[in-house]
Amino acid sequence: MALFSQKNLRRYGKPFVFALFLIPAVWLIYNWVQAYAGAPHDLGFNPQETSNRFTGDWALRILLLSLALTPLSLLTGSPRWILFRRMTGLFAFFYVCLHITSYIWLDMQFDWSELWTDVVKRIYITVGFTALLCLLPLAITSTAGWVRRLGAKRWQKLHKLVYAVGVLAVIHFIMMRKGFQFEPLIYGAVLAGLMVFRLPMVKSWLRRRTQQKPINAGV
Amino acid sequence: LQPLTYSKTAYNPGEDLTPEDAITSYNNFYEFGLDKSNPSENAWRLEPKPWSVKVSGMVDAPGDYAFEDLIDMKALEERIYRLRCVEGWSMVVPWIGVPLASVLKKLGPQSGAKYVAFETLADRDQMPGIRYPVLDWPYVEGLTLPEAMNELAFIAVGLYGKEIPNQNGAPLRLVVPWKYGFKSIKSIVSIKLTDRKPATSWNKSASNEYGFYSNVNPEVDHPRWSQARERRIGEFSRRKTLMFNGYGEQVAHLYTGLDLEKNF
Repeated sequence: MALFSQKNLRRYGKPFVFALFLIPAVWLIYNWVQAYAGAPHDLGFNPQETSNRFTGDWALRILLLSLALTPLSLLTGSPRWILFRRMTGLFAFFYVCLHITSYIWLDMQFDWSELWTDVVKRIYITVGFTALLCLLPLAITSTAGWVRRLGAKRWQKLHKLVYAVGVLAVIHFIMMRKGFQFEPLIYGAVLAGLMVFRLPMVKSWLRRRTQQKPINAGV
Repeated sequence: LQPLTYSKTAYNPGEDLTPEDAITSYNNFYEFGLDKSNPSENAWRLEPKPWSVKVSGMVDAPGDYAFEDLIDMKALEERIYRLRCVEGWSMVVPWIGVPLASVLKKLGPQSGAKYVAFETLADRDQMPGIRYPVLDWPYVEGLTLPEAMNELAFIAVGLYGKEIPNQNGAPLRLVVPWKYGFKSIKSIVSIKLTDRKPATSWNKSASNEYGFYSNVNPEVDHPRWSQARERRIGEFSRRKTLMFNGYGEQVAHLYTGLDLEKNF
């Protein structure tokens, strides 16, 4: 297991995962540059719709992945997963930012009056906007400095907001689809599954099983 | 797809046609899947020949009609119409077909008939999307009889000079250009004249979002998005949506005295 030692994971694992997380964004930006230049691209016949959906899908996937790391460390009895938790959370935020950029710039073209009507009148956008507002303080306080300033206890309490973000994001997705569709419900089921690991009962049972101490923030 | 013989008409907004590959590969046809690209990938399973349409209800000549008996292939005309999807995108499409009124006249609507109800094929073997309960299959749509008899209401059997591709609703589909695209029901297997307002699929699915009329109306928003603007496929910017999709001159009189905010 020396290959996956803390030291190796920090030195090589993190940059590698960082690069992986960038792939969808690079694909998207490359294709938009192509589209703008009038060159062939893979964004389809409605590039704005494609990039709204693409960035939303990746934001939600990475958010769910960030919520899977604590359960994974509980299940495997290894704290190494937590090394990647902050980066994963911040990448979820990054794709949320791309999602909003895509919507405000590419799709709505800075039509602020219509944008504001969207946020207040259309519930699924209100829900998405609320998710963003909840995610913002988590992104800001993601640094070691903020963990110190808030104290680990309060910091952890604040970061429980990510559960609300997850729920709001899934609702946003379900409401955005028409008719009865399974795909957003699958994301909802994954979220529900991950939330089971937050139940005190389940947590303490897993800890006893793997003889593990509670995981602290900022590992 | 066989080329068709047809006459040109004055039904032409004079705008750039949406490219054929966009019209035939960016489709909403949930019977073939939920992504826009699914219909063009999956619709090869559909067998549009032979095809028969069940005509029933308040008509003089009910019965099962073979496609060739319903559509006069010698009377085909081309009409270039705008198509506005409720999702906020639009196209300009060169349809080929016959006026719906000419088909209905042949069937002989009886005096009590007030509505026309249409139904799409719902065949699990030909349509992989049917196994998912996205909507209550089969897809159903309807028009008032005056709407159906309006000069613009059209039955399309062709596109871009050829037979209509399966993903666009082969072998025959409705085109009502002043209404949102979902009213223009595809791959029709049943036409019924009735005195009662027919159920429509999207209204059954979400009645607060989709009304019976579903006329293109920039002043009445869809609950989930504004209808004031639209993106013409192939264009970067969005353009203003026109009342009745720009066909007010031909159809506005159908709705005099009707509160379009309530009857959306």
